[in-house]
Order: sequence, then structure tokens, then C-alpha cells
Amino acid sequence: MNMTGTLLNYYSKRDEEYIHPPRGGLSTCPGCAMALALRLFSRGIGENVVFVSTMGCAMVVAVGPELITKKRDGEYIPWIFSPFGSTASCGAGLKAALMDRGEAETEVVVWAGDGAAFDIGYGGLSAAAERNEDILYVCYDNESYQNTGNQRSSATPWGAITTTNPAPTPKTERKKAMAQLMADHRIPYGATSTVAYPEDFMNKVRKAKGIKGFRFLHILTPCPTGWLYPSELTIKLSRLAVDTKIFPLFEVEDGTTFTINREPEGIPVEEYIKIQGRFKL
Amino acid sequence: MKKVISGNEAAAYGVMLSRPKVICAYPISPQSRIPELLSEWCAQGLLLKAKFVNVDSETTALAYVMAASAGGVRVFAATSSQGLALMHEQLHWSAGARLPIVLANVNRQLYWPGGVGCDQSDSLSQRDTGWLQLYCESNQEILDTIIQAYKIAELVSLPVMVCFDGIYLSYLQEGTEIPEQELVDEYLPPYEPKFRIPRWGAKLYFKHPSEFPPELSLGLTGARYEMHKWETKSMDAFLAADEEFQRLFGRGYPAVEEYKCGDADVVVVISGSAVGTGKTGVDKLRQKGHKVGLVKLKMFRPFPRELIRRVLAGRKKVVVIERDFSPAVGGIFCQEIKAALYGNMTRDFPPIYGFVSGLGGGLIPHQADITPQLIEKAILYALTSEPPTQDVIWLGLKERGGGDEYDRNAIKLL
Repeated sequence: MNMTGTLLNYYSKRDEEYIHPPRGGLSTCPGCAMALALRLFSRGIGENVVFVSTMGCAMVVAVGPELITKKRDGEYIPWIFSPFGSTASCGAGLKAALMDRGEAETEVVVWAGDGAAFDIGYGGLSAAAERNEDILYVCYDNESYQNTGNQRSSATPWGAITTTNPAPTPKTERKKAMAQLMADHRIPYGATSTVAYPEDFMNKVRKAKGIKGFRFLHILTPCPTGWLYPSELTIKLSRLAVDTKIFPLFEVEDGTTFTINREPEGIPVEEYIKIQGRFKL
Repeated sequence: MKKVISGNEAAAYGVMLSRPKVICAYPISPQSRIPELLSEWCAQGLLLKAKFVNVDSETTALAYVMAASAGGVRVFAATSSQGLALMHEQLHWSAGARLPIVLANVNRQLYWPGGVGCDQSDSLSQRDTGWLQLYCESNQEILDTIIQAYKIAELVSLPVMVCFDGIYLSYLQEGTEIPEQELVDEYLPPYEPKFRIPRWGAKLYFKHPSEFPPELSLGLTGARYEMHKWETKSMDAFLAADEEFQRLFGRGYPAVEEYKCGDADVVVVISGSAVGTGKTGVDKLRQKGHKVGLVKLKMFRPFPRELIRRVLAGRKKVVVIERDFSPAVGGIFCQEIKAALYGNMTRDFPPIYGFVSGLGGGLIPHQADITPQLIEKAILYALTSEPPTQDVIWLGLKERGGGDEYDRNAIKLL
């Protein structure tokens, strides 16, 4: 399969998306997988959505309201900005209001980075999952606080250098097993994906949209700026993460039924590690 | 209908009658009875048709109702002390977003040292968040103030904190008139938000500075100016809300209430449940022939500067007794009163004696509580002594052997 051709096909279509920078170009770094993920997500989720977002790389997209438009008619996507640690709580509260106002069909999407999901907002996230709040929580995981300059998070993998784990003392702890933790809350639906597999990604978004209750999507979003690799390798890294079994593509229903969506090719992990500067001491 | 209920129950009744749609709370002492009752009524679905959520933390409680309020429904949350401290980020956030949330805060001490005793420092230390703050003297006032708070909050698009003393009001029971629902409905019509998160495809909602939230189009200075303006305007909203309340329910609560102040040379200023104690102290001194009066401060934010100036001008001495404390400064109400008077020196303002007392209440034997005797003592001290050179006098500590030689020489203890 000509993967490059297929991907170009996906990423060159913009009609169904609502990430339309009117002046051309997003204010994210070149090669940002989060921006690609947001584009794919917008195509999968469709219309009638309210976003809850917070501090993080998505902020540079969300806060500049002129950057987010719906189609070409100058209408905007509703976003609210949540305190860093309150993404899930705000999403749940907003959903409660919409239910009361007879707007139950509006999908509340929380779009949060790994800092907000794994660290500062984990308590609220876990609680919202436990209460089975009817929201779709998307964690774009670039494995550290990239928006503030690459500080360690509990999503940072073992062996990575960050600005708070500077060389020669890389992180010596494991990454938090977030998708597993969410599954253990017995939520109706949880899944992982990357921007290298857009069909898998969008299928999961569509599937999540059709399910009631708490849904969690964990998206690995490689970051050229923090992971120290050339920006054109974002897709390659996203694919290698899956095929080296670093970040398998799977989904979990009710916390019990696991499905591996792609059998990894079993490429040696070294291939994934060696192109990233953050693993070099 | 009159019932003997605790302050917590009075708050819950006030909430029920105001018909919020989303209610959040975390069970923190000593306010747990509020969410218990509300959840019971929500579960029955007769008295209250709302979504009650027992959340994982105070951070979540306020974040949850904040987002619900932004989504366009009337909301309520309750908390106390540590919980309010944990809400600090969301307090700033919700006031900045101009959301008309009503929050009940049961005043209780902040750790360390630990305990559940009464102390108003928890909410007073949130004074710069932009929330309006109202303090209650009785359980009836708690119930009525909750209803009024919705009126005020929705008039000015600012959140209101209804504060009442832990233990003294939250746990103790009093005969309380529970108003008829029809009457409350007349006072407080169904909520229609001035601003809310737009629906899908709507035009962006902050195109114009007059729209909510003004923040984004005016920059931070402009946003804070707007907030300041509406905080100031909220005094008028408070007066209007109270006037209408009086008309419908036959009772009301001034921002600054005078008690026997007519000919008083010395006026004592108190807020919260100690007001009743203060009135007893004043009565006793009146019987002994002293011209003393009491001023009850209900409103703390916005601070009723002009009313305070009016009531304190021309007195010989002013005594402030309070159950809160700002380290190395003294009482917080006292600071505010001084600030209100300074800068308006065209009138003859009296010296102010600031007393701090009864922190943590009198539940534990070694703690000093505010008693009528102590209030008498403080007023008599003010009557017979030169104006104090220090900002704070620790009332009730000396007789318990507190302080050291330095304190006694400097008359910091009484």
C-alpha cells in the first residue's frame, strides 16, 4: 500500500474540517501532530460539538479565535477554556447544562494534553470517568509539557530528556499507562490512535460519538520541538510507535473487551528511539 | 411555614426555593448537611428538579457548576474553609468570566492548626477574587440571602458567596420561616442567561465589548475595569434586590445595619453570628448608662464604603470586633473600614480600636469565644483608653494567660 499517497489524500482534503486558518497556516510548530489530530478529529466527529480545552499546545489554536472557523462563512466553533486541572469537570458541567436546556444531542468534547490529563487534571478525569459522565475526552499526548518548553510529565517515557530531566539525568520512571487506567474505570469506550492511521483514528472518533457515557481517546502526538527530530518525520514516528509496540492501537469496551486494531509489524524499538534527540545523552 | 432548622438546612431550603438546575458539592465539614438535603430533594424530584452531583473535590465542584453556568443554567455549590481554598483558582476564573453562580460558604478555620471551629478568614481571604460576599447573622437570614443572592448575581453577572458561621449557624437550630414557593417564583423568575456558550454554528459571542465576556476584546485592564464597574454597580443591585424582597416577604437585610446607633458615642462593628452577642453586650452597657451602639456589616464585597462613612462619621470612637485575622496586620474588616474612611477625610472620623477574638470559636475549653462580657470589656476599654497605637488588640487572650511580657506592655492583649 502506498501509505504516503493515502495520507496525502487524507490530509489534503479540508472540506469537512473546521480548522480553517483564514490567513493560512496554524500557529503550531511545523510538524505538529496535535494539529493533524485536531483536523482528523473534526472530520470524524462532524457537527454540533462544543469543545472544552485548556492550557497546552491546543491553546495556540483555540485561544486565537480567528484561527478556528467553521467552513468559510465566518461562523465559529464553540470553545470554552477550562482551568488546567478542571478539563473533565468543566466538560461534565457543560454537558449537564446542555441536557437541562434540551440540547442533549450536542457533543461535549474535551481536548486536553497529557499534562492536563495525566497530571494536574487526573483527579477530575478519574472522577468523571467513575461517574460515567457523558463526554468525549481526547488526550493528545506529546509526552511532556511542550507548550511551556518540554518539562517532564507523567506521560514522559523512561529514558527521555526533558528540560526538567536535563542530560545526563533522563527520566528514570515509566510512563503512566493511561489508556489502561481509563479502561480500569470500566468506561464504555476507550481507544488509542495516532495520526499515521487516519482511518483508524476517524473510525474510533465516529464509534465514540455513537456511544453514551464517558469515552476516552488517547492520541500519541509526536512533537518535533520536544522530541528533537526533523519535523517531516512526524508521520513516520507515529507509525513506528505503533509498529514497534511502543504505542499499540487498541480499543476497550466496558473496560473488559480489548481489540488490537493493528497487528504491529514488530519493528525493533531502536528504530523508534534512534531518530529522536531526546533519548540521546 | 415555620420550622426549627439548622443554618445548613436553611441554606438548602433557600437553594431549593431558587430552583437551580445543577448543584455540585463535595462533602466537607461543617456544610455536609446542605448537599445531603439537596440530593435527597433532587432524588425525590418533587421539591427540586435539578441535577445533583456529589463530586470528587472542591476544585471539581466549582469547575462543574462554572461550566454549567456558562452553558446557561442556574447553579449552586456549597463549601467551607479548606474546600474554598481549593476552589481559589476557579473563584478567580468564574468571576472573571462573569458567571452568576451562588455559593454557600460555611466559615470555618483553615489548617494548620486543625479543627472545624468558626473563623471567617477563609472567605475574607478570597476578597480579591471578584466574588460578591454577604455575611449572615441568623438562619433566617441565610435562607433569605441565598434567594436574594441569585437576584443580585443575575442582575450584575457576577458570582455571589453567601457566608455564614460554621458551628454557630451551620449546626445550631433556630425557628425559620420558609417562604412559599409561589412568592419566591415571583421574586426570582426562571433563569434566562444574558450570555452563554453559543450553540454550534453561532456567531462568536465576544465580538463587541458590551457583550460577555468583555475580557477578550478589552484586554486584561479593560476586563478588570468592567468587573470593577459591575462590582460597584452591584451595590445598587443589592439595594433593589433587598427592597423587592422586603415588599414581597416583609423582611429585609441592609448592607450596613444600625442597632441603637442614634445617639451613640461609641459604635461597635461586628459581622456574622457574633452580631447577636454584640447586641446583648450593647444592651448591658446601655443599661449602665453608656451611649453605645452596634453596626452589623452584612456586605463585604462590594465594601459598603459610603454607608460605613455615613454611620461612623461624628462618633467619638469605633470598635471593630471580628473573628478573622490577617497575620501581622490584624482584623480584615478593620482594615477595610480604615481604608473606607481614609481618603475621605473631609469628615471628622473617630479613632478605631481593632479587636480580634474568638478564632475557632469556643468549642474547645482553652479557646476564647466572643461573649457579651468580652464585648463589654472591649467597648469599655475603648471608652477609657487613648487611641491604640497598634492595629490589633487580642481580645480574650490575656485572661487565659496568653502572650508574653512584650505584649502586655504594649497592650496588645486584653
